[in-house]
Amino acid sequence: MRAPQSRTLPPLGPTRRLKLPRQAERTLDNGLTVIAVRRPAVPLVELRLWMPFGRANLARAHLLAQTLLSGTETMSSVQIAAELQRIGGVLSAGLDPDRLMISGAGLATGLDRMLELLAEVLTGASYPAGWVGVERDRLVDGIQVARSQPGHLARTALLKRIYSRHPYAVQTPEPEQVRAVRPAALRTLHGQRVHPAGAVLVLVGDVRPGRALDAVEKALGGWNGTGHPAGLPPAPPLEPGPLLLVDRPGSVQSSMRVALPAIPRTHPDHAALQLANLIFGGYFSSRWVENIREDKGYTYGPHSVIEHSVAGSVLLAAAEVATEVTAPALLETSYELGRLATRPPAPDELEQARQYALGTLQLGVSTQAGLASLVSAYAGSGLRLDFLSEYAARLARASIDDVAEAAARYLAPSRAVTVVLGDAERVAASLANLTPVETVPVPA
Amino acid sequence: MPTRRARIPATSYPVERFTLDNGLRVVLTPDRSAPVIGVAVVYDVGIRSEPEGRTGFAHLFEHLMFQGSANLEKLAHFRHVQGAGGTFNGSTHLDYTDYFETLPSNALERTLFLEADRMRGPRLTEENLRNQVDVVKEEIRVNVLNRPYGGFPWLTLPPVMFDTFPNAHDGYGSFVDLESATVADAADFFRRYYASGNAVLAVSGDIDTVEAVELIERHFGDVPARPAPDRPDFTEPGLTAERRTAYTDQLAPLPAVAAAWRVPDPVGDFAAYLPYVVLAEVLTDGDASRLVERLVHRDRAVTSVGGYLGFMGDPFDVRDPTALLLQAHLPPGGDVDKVLRTLDEELDRLATDGPTDGELARTQARMATHLLRDTDAVLGRALRMAVLEQQRGKPELLGELPRLVGEVTDDQVRAAAAALRPERRASVEVIPGGAR
Repeated sequence: MRAPQSRTLPPLGPTRRLKLPRQAERTLDNGLTVIAVRRPAVPLVELRLWMPFGRANLARAHLLAQTLLSGTETMSSVQIAAELQRIGGVLSAGLDPDRLMISGAGLATGLDRMLELLAEVLTGASYPAGWVGVERDRLVDGIQVARSQPGHLARTALLKRIYSRHPYAVQTPEPEQVRAVRPAALRTLHGQRVHPAGAVLVLVGDVRPGRALDAVEKALGGWNGTGHPAGLPPAPPLEPGPLLLVDRPGSVQSSMRVALPAIPRTHPDHAALQLANLIFGGYFSSRWVENIREDKGYTYGPHSVIEHSVAGSVLLAAAEVATEVTAPALLETSYELGRLATRPPAPDELEQARQYALGTLQLGVSTQAGLASLVSAYAGSGLRLDFLSEYAARLARASIDDVAEAAARYLAPSRAVTVVLGDAERVAASLANLTPVETVPVPA
Repeated sequence: MPTRRARIPATSYPVERFTLDNGLRVVLTPDRSAPVIGVAVVYDVGIRSEPEGRTGFAHLFEHLMFQGSANLEKLAHFRHVQGAGGTFNGSTHLDYTDYFETLPSNALERTLFLEADRMRGPRLTEENLRNQVDVVKEEIRVNVLNRPYGGFPWLTLPPVMFDTFPNAHDGYGSFVDLESATVADAADFFRRYYASGNAVLAVSGDIDTVEAVELIERHFGDVPARPAPDRPDFTEPGLTAERRTAYTDQLAPLPAVAAAWRVPDPVGDFAAYLPYVVLAEVLTDGDASRLVERLVHRDRAVTSVGGYLGFMGDPFDVRDPTALLLQAHLPPGGDVDKVLRTLDEELDRLATDGPTDGELARTQARMATHLLRDTDAVLGRALRMAVLEQQRGKPELLGELPRLVGEVTDDQVRAAAAALRPERRASVEVIPGGAR
């Protein structure tokens, strides 16, 4: 038998350069911006169409997203669905506080047909009463189910706490508001807001970019209508205060949410903040995860992420922790934030985070769906795919000092807004030993 | 005149297979269109192999495989993968456990080293075991105990449908079993199931095949040979009388129901099995499908309905015995009996009249899109091919699936629907315990 030999980790090979795929862009006469990107790995095409939708009535906007594909003057919902299936296609609409987004994918050979069907609903959605009635009830039921989920309740409380009177503060309508929506209101909202000015359509896949732009122009050139633009006021700065404890009696875990300030993608600090966030809690090999999961076993999937919206960016850290260790978990969280905000990271720690950030950029653009979502998200911030190279260069350049400064500026625990959802009877007293606590009941 | 079919496109990923002297099977599928790779190691052991008194052990052991290995301390695996720009995970299924990474392609040798090192031996210590028992308990709380519909139906339906411990027990595990697990149990589990002869390695993406073969031999070649253990027969007779249970979910605000029927052996009788995979989509894929149209929109009896094969939704990654499942969420006061009766009615109608003109073809076109989309990611390709190699010795089946799905006929779908009789059905109902 051979003696056990110790083996050493092989080095990485030379880094392959980030290669950006071929793309084309055109703005149609009606104001629609179209971006087409060629990535022919599978014979499919991905579609993302976003339309600015800030400040729309919440209940109407949600129901509109749910019924946009429910029929037109000439086609029933079932016909639309069947026609999409025939080309292996799928389209769905979703809403966030900034935009209405139609996402889809299908066989590349069906692109023309998919665009025709898209045009059909954009210009002719009729919101049939029967169908709207069904979807209205489903939306109400969906809200009710969401409200039984701790993650949803914690997020709702956090948004309210962060955004106060800003339109971002409430992102889910009340059931009774949904019940009051009639099809006529949806048709009105569609007429006001579903228009091409300011919208961006992204196509990615086994397509020739120039030909894809022509196909869009042919299908959607006639989509028109002008509506009122509705800008959002800037999001308010975070205002630290007492920890908000939302009482959910009987919870066997506490949902901890910590919000910290952040900046948009184009801000000079952004790359350094991304790296600081990774080192704190933004990936598995972060201080926070290694501490509260791998060392102490308090939680399963803690993570932190920077969320970008049109009116502002915010860094969110989230963990579901065992009830009995709620306060200790918060203590470790503050400790890790404070440690990073007051002492520079170690060089190897920064290099590891940097490699992760650069590598996941490569991974993110290696599928049609990933590429489509990135191009669409960038376009939403007024950026194009070439920003990826610039961002990669910024990540490569950020020094220990840059990251330490960003951590001090954005990650200091004194800047945090904290919400905990859990069983107050079991966690309030120990949390109060760490920080002032304000307890509220879970929304009925 | 019959509706014209959309042409189902094919992809043909090149596939190379070989077996090392120690029994490790290897599948390579190069694709140099982006500088990334997917690496998967799949062990032929899953929830069904857990001994009695050790529920949840296969999954707990999956966690332990990340806690250091022959030449690496705790936390090193995560740091080396992520420090190379990659991501990783593992998952435990009924019939296999997988470990995987996706990385920039310059990290190929590093990731092979990491996987080979833990195939030689994970670091099984009391401290790591206790730590990961705590983590797994939090995972179960977040996914099952603290949320509505937790474990529905993948944990709650098998004990209705099956009688033997391997098929019926809770794969996440009881806290009692998890807490009583020992390091000796883990060492024994590793020795028995994590043998080189019981594993498949798959690498996909930006690789040079000759170089990859050499690196794989360098890192895995001297992993000590151990043969695969005999796999027990998990077969159970199908149901001959309807079975139905209900339970109260204190967190659930609304009723729900899931029903399942046994289907042919996915591996031993693939030709008979495939029509059921297609049938599930005919019934539930989108607003033009039968059950969505009828139950959601016409009857308003449910708010959502879905259908799939395998308790974890993995039609091509599961062995016999398995099932076709339909599950539905109901509005307040919804009538579960009526929903089950309607399922029977619609299955009868499909069995009697067959699919309508174009119904099957459009469903098949959409299934092709889903299959192609899943394999667009290099990791999706590596994982699927690894399991197909392990269970069938046929990784290239992945590329053939869109076409094979497209060849299923109206008559086959009709016959599959006819086999889903009420007396062969197992179902479980969620009674809402009142929202809080």
